[in-house]
Amino acid sequence: MSPVYRRWKSRLFLGLMGLALLVCLVPLASLLLTLVVKGGHVISLRFLTAGWQPVGERGGGIAHAIAGSLYLLGVATLIAAPLGLAKGLFLARGDRHWLTGPVRVLLDVMSGIPAIIVGVFVYTLVVRRGGFSLGTGFSLLAGGLALAMIMLPIFARTTEEAVRAIPPSVDEAGLALGLPRRRVVLWIVLRSAVPAVLTGLFLALARVAGEAAPLLFTAFGSNAFPGSPLEPAGSLPQLLFEYARQPFEELVRQAWGAALVLVAMILAVRLLTHAYTRWRYGGHGGHA
Amino acid sequence: MLMTTVQLDGDQTENLSCSAGASRQAFGDRVFFAVLTGASLIAPLILLLFVAVLAYGAWPSIREFGLSFLTSSVWEPNPERERYGAFPFIVGTLISATLALALAAPAGIGIATLVNEVLPSRLRGTARFLIEILATIPSVVYGLWGVFVLAPWVSGTLQPALAKPLGFIPVFGPPYEPRNMLCAVLILAIMVLPIIVSVSLDAIRSVPASYREAALGLGATRWEMVRIAVWPPARSGFIGGCILALGRALGETMAVTMVIGNGRRISASLFAASDTVASTIANQFAEAPSDLFTAALIEMALLLFVVTLSVNVIARWLIRPAARTGARP
Repeated sequence: MSPVYRRWKSRLFLGLMGLALLVCLVPLASLLLTLVVKGGHVISLRFLTAGWQPVGERGGGIAHAIAGSLYLLGVATLIAAPLGLAKGLFLARGDRHWLTGPVRVLLDVMSGIPAIIVGVFVYTLVVRRGGFSLGTGFSLLAGGLALAMIMLPIFARTTEEAVRAIPPSVDEAGLALGLPRRRVVLWIVLRSAVPAVLTGLFLALARVAGEAAPLLFTAFGSNAFPGSPLEPAGSLPQLLFEYARQPFEELVRQAWGAALVLVAMILAVRLLTHAYTRWRYGGHGGHA
Repeated sequence: MLMTTVQLDGDQTENLSCSAGASRQAFGDRVFFAVLTGASLIAPLILLLFVAVLAYGAWPSIREFGLSFLTSSVWEPNPERERYGAFPFIVGTLISATLALALAAPAGIGIATLVNEVLPSRLRGTARFLIEILATIPSVVYGLWGVFVLAPWVSGTLQPALAKPLGFIPVFGPPYEPRNMLCAVLILAIMVLPIIVSVSLDAIRSVPASYREAALGLGATRWEMVRIAVWPPARSGFIGGCILALGRALGETMAVTMVIGNGRRISASLFAASDTVASTIANQFAEAPSDLFTAALIEMALLLFVVTLSVNVIARWLIRPAARTGARP
């Protein structure tokens, strides 16, 4: 094994890794480029503010889907935020409890459930009429619930980390002053963790904002602006999915526009939270 | 702040004045933690409920078809002689996920190694950022790109190039369909890549620098250092990342549904339209013609749930030690 052979072998394998990196960058570049070019052509103020128009009529927009997405995310936050907060606090400050271990493992496992199955679950339990189901029918509420189930493990995890980052000496200082433990946790620990907790919430929202699979048979989709929580509701990802399957040029065009809007919204949230964490905690982007 | 102080004073005087105050305080704490515990238990309960609800919904199908549901390829919604078998979808799911992993795993581990061991540290941030973007893009957007960019490329460029010299092998043989298994495999590979890269990167980063220094000190080349000192201790992290990616690929729905062509059959050819469990559920659930049909789809969901759950438990178990001792930045 001459040194020359070994040196060339090293170069060969490192080169192969570099090649792998380049090959993987091609689809990423292609995707982003197509998205910006095709989507950019479509986006206009009218496209963003107008509702659905029948095929053939000009001037249709995606405002109903944007509104639907925001409503769905709102419902999901209302359900997932309190539960996730409690769970995060429990995991970070309930250390001696024997249930923390199992709860943490189950949360991890829960975050791995495919989104489509969450949709089927919510359909069977809430949407379907008959059986022991609640029988709400396809509705905004059911869609929000499905999204909440995907958000919950993510948000609980980031909350736990946010609370854990507050050193125990802070707790001890509070306790030494004679404060009851619940007040120490709620007023001092949680209050100091609020920025990081909110960052986690936004990251969880960014993660579920692009989900279409859990909404297919819960929120179902709609061409109207969202109305009552018990009516079906549209959303950006689902509109994209439906339009992309249509044979009409106009709808496919709109699908690209919707895709660009969706990705831009999600990336904006992620970049802003990232920049905020960096600014606040400096250097490495904190623990987010 | 002021309120805190006032409250604090109140509690303190309570504590000093009588022991009843202290016990009330302890009681309040107990209630508070009981509420936290209760709320925390909801998620595990939901998880148990998952199995119960899905099994209940699937019961008509389980009772009707039994084990033959897993092995039969008949998919007959005709109300007179309804029969459902999930075999082609199970096979489609396994093939697409396995092939995607076979493409993404070496690439992902290679990229993670390159980023941490070779590239200058200035570029590391950029690489992480790109991985982040890849992981952030929603499944439907990948699907849209797959339908209008990837699928035309596969059927226009890749398929003729492969079919001409290799067409005699059934894998590359006919039927040639515009949306097919290969599109699904490629798009899945792209989608699971960020998972593999980021978990592998964590594993590689938790390898102590002294291992590398020892290898280099013995005169190893950079590649030998990677083989001797970096990969072996990181191996369980690599495997965990790959299994995590496998779980994702098995359950991935939207992008696959859009590009796989919904063929509903088993074909040896990569260029034939196929189906996976998840894509079948996504496509047919909303317009299910009968209760038995719905039950069959729910049974498929149950199946996928059990499989992805086991895969994830294994992956988490493998990643755990690496994460615990891991040197976080």
